[in-house]
Amino acid sequence: MISAAASMSALGLGLGLLLGAAARRFHVDTPPIVDEIEKLLPGTNCGACGFPGCRGAAEAVAAGNAPVSLCTPGGRDVALQLAEIAGPECGGGAMVATMAELEPTIAFIFEDHCTGCTKCFKRCPTDAIVGAAKQIHTVVPDACIGCDACIEVCPTEAIVRRVKPRTLSNWYWEKPQPGFGATETGVPA
Amino acid sequence: MSMFSLATLFRPSQFLTIRGGIHPEYRKQLTSEAEVIRMPVPPLLRVPLQQHSGAIAEPLVKRDDLVLKGQLIGRARGAMSANIHAPTSGRVLAVGHFTAPHPSGLPVPTITLRADGEDRWGEHLPRLRPEDADPDEIAAQIERAGIVGLGGAAFPAAVKLNQRKKYTLDTLLLNGAECEPYLTCDDRLMREKAEEIVDGAGIMARALGVARIIVAIESNKPEAIAALRQFSHGLGTPLSVAVVPTQYPMGSAKHLVLAVTGKETPARARTAELGVLVYNVATAHAVHLAVRYGEPLISRIVTVSGGALAQPANVEVLIGTPVTDVIDFCGGLIGEVDRILLGGPMMGQPVQNLRVPVVKGTCGILALAPWETRKSDPMPCIRCGSCVQACPCGLTPFEMNARIQSDDLEGAVKIGLMDCIACGSCAYACPSSIPLVQGFDFAKGKLAERQSRKHQQAETKRLAEARKAREEAIAEAKRQAMARHKAQAAAKKAAAAAQAAEAGAEAPPPVPGIATDVGKEARQ
Repeated sequence: MISAAASMSALGLGLGLLLGAAARRFHVDTPPIVDEIEKLLPGTNCGACGFPGCRGAAEAVAAGNAPVSLCTPGGRDVALQLAEIAGPECGGGAMVATMAELEPTIAFIFEDHCTGCTKCFKRCPTDAIVGAAKQIHTVVPDACIGCDACIEVCPTEAIVRRVKPRTLSNWYWEKPQPGFGATETGVPA
Repeated sequence: MSMFSLATLFRPSQFLTIRGGIHPEYRKQLTSEAEVIRMPVPPLLRVPLQQHSGAIAEPLVKRDDLVLKGQLIGRARGAMSANIHAPTSGRVLAVGHFTAPHPSGLPVPTITLRADGEDRWGEHLPRLRPEDADPDEIAAQIERAGIVGLGGAAFPAAVKLNQRKKYTLDTLLLNGAECEPYLTCDDRLMREKAEEIVDGAGIMARALGVARIIVAIESNKPEAIAALRQFSHGLGTPLSVAVVPTQYPMGSAKHLVLAVTGKETPARARTAELGVLVYNVATAHAVHLAVRYGEPLISRIVTVSGGALAQPANVEVLIGTPVTDVIDFCGGLIGEVDRILLGGPMMGQPVQNLRVPVVKGTCGILALAPWETRKSDPMPCIRCGSCVQACPCGLTPFEMNARIQSDDLEGAVKIGLMDCIACGSCAYACPSSIPLVQGFDFAKGKLAERQSRKHQQAETKRLAEARKAREEAIAEAKRQAMARHKAQAAAKKAAAAAQAAEAGAEAPPPVPGIATDVGKEARQ
C-alpha cells in the first residue's frame, strides 16, 4: 500500500517537474502587440472573422495574415484603432474606407419560422437571444453584436441579418451636403 | 461735461449684454396681445412616456383602463426621469408606440387616451404649505408632479433642484427672456399670472435656500416687466427684475447668467457652479400649481403662430393633444405652408406628421409661410467672419464646419464643437447660406452615437465574459459531479467486493453442487 502511494506520488512529482522545466525551456514570448490588439477587439469570441476567437484574430493581425477590417461586430471604429496599432503594412486599408458606409447590423428572428430548437440560443456569444425549448426565440437588440453565429446554426433559416433600427436616442441629422450651385432641378443641399 | 450726460452714459443694457448674438425680426406682435385661451379637451390624446431628458417612464395603466384627470399613468424610472399624469379623464385605448414629436418621426412609447368629455379630476396630490414645509418635502412634491423645465429642454425640475446638495447656491434666476422670435407664451404668462410665478419662484427659492431671486426679462416685454416689478419678495425671498437687452440667444441659461451676474460659466460646467440655478418662468408657475393646489403638470401654454396660420394665438393645451387639433382650434392653415415647426424658428425642429402630440417641452407650434423662411442655395465660404462675430460662445463656426465636412470630427471637437449650444446664430448670419448649425447638429449626434456604441461594446464584452465564466463553471461542476459519481461507484464496488469477500470467508459458495445439478439436467 505504502509503496504504491509512494511510487505514484514520485511519478507525479517527477512528471510535474519535467513539465515545469519544459515550460521554462520551450517558452515562447507572445509579442505584446497581440495583447494590445486583443484588448481592442470585442472579446466575444464569436468567430465571425474565421479565426479561433479574438485571441486568434489578434495573432493573425499581428502577424499580418489578416486585414485590420476583419472584425465585423467591431465595425469601422475597431478597424481604425487596429490600423493605428498595426500600421499601414497590415493591409486592409481600402476595406476600412468601404466600412464607413456600413450600418451596424443585428440578427432578427422571424417568429413564424422559429421552432424553438435553442440552437441559436446556445450559440450566441453574448446571451443576446432569449428563449427556451419549443418557445419562440427573440433577439435583444442592445446585446446583439451582429456576429451572424446564430444565422449559421438555424435549421429553419428563420434568422436574418438586419440593419440595426435607429431609436430616438441614437438618431441624428444627416450631414448637410455642400450642394454649391445646385439649381431647382439639381440635388438639394 | 455736465452730470446729465454722465448719467446717460450709464445704460444698464450696456453691461447686461452678451458677446455675439443676432437681432432677427421678432414678429412677436402676431400673438403678444393675444390673451391665453384654454383649448377644449380634444377627443383623443396621445401621451408619450418620454417627454423629458432621461429614462422613459414606466406605464402604470393597461388597455381599457379608466383613468381620471391627474392620475399617475407613467412612473419615473431611475434618477433622471419624470412622472406622467393623465391630462383628462377617459379610457386608455392603447399602451403602445406612436410617432414622437421629433424631426426623425421615430416611434416612442405612448399611452393613447380617449377622452370621455367629463374632464373629471381624480385625486389631487397632497397639498403643501410651503411656508412651513421642509426643502426636501417641496422637492419631493415637484418630483411627484412630474415637472420638467418648460423652456424647451425638458430637464426634470426636481433633479435640477437636487443640485442644492452638491453646490452652494445663492441665486435663483428666472428665465423670462424668451429670445426666440414669434414665441410669446412666457410673455403672456408673466403678464397674466405674475403673482403665481412669483409664488412659485418663492417656493423654489425656499427649497434651494437661496438669498435672492432675479427675474430676467428682455427689454421688448415692457408689460411683463411692469407686472413683475410689482413684487419685491417671493415667499420672503427678495426678488428683483433684471431687464436684459433684446438679443438672441439671451435665453440660453449660461448666457443669461453671464448677462445678469457678469460671471461666465466654464466650458461644459453647470451654472450651479457659479451658485446660480436657472428656471423658466413657466416652470415656476407649474411649481406654484403643484405645491399650492396639488395639480400635476398636465397642460402648458403654447404659442401657435406663423404666417400660414389663420388666427395666431396663445393656447393652454393639455399635454398629449395632437398638433393638428391645436392648429384647427386656431383656425387652421391658410395659403402655402413651407414648414411646421415645434418650438421657435431658430432652434425649433420640423415635424412631418401633424398628428404628433404636444408634450411638456413644446413651447410653440409655428406654421411658416414661404415668405418667412429663407431658401437660398449654399455658396462657398468667403471667410468673412460673420459667423465668428455672431457666435455667442466665441467659437469659429466656419472652421468647425470645414473640419466636419472633411470628416475630421475630433478636429472640430478640439476647437470647441462641444461648447456650441446649437443656437443657429451662425447659420442666420452667414451671407453664403451655409448650413453651419445643421453640420454641428450632425457632428454632435454622430459623436454621441459613437460614444454609445463604444459603451455598448464594453457592455457586450462583459456579457461575453459572463457567459464564458458561466460555461466554465458549468463544465467544472459537471467534472466534479462526474468525479464524485465515479468515486461513489468505486466505493460501492469496493464495499460490494469487501462484502463478497467477507461472505466468502464465512461460507464458500456451493458451486460444484450447482454444476452437478446442471449436468444432470443436461444429461436428462
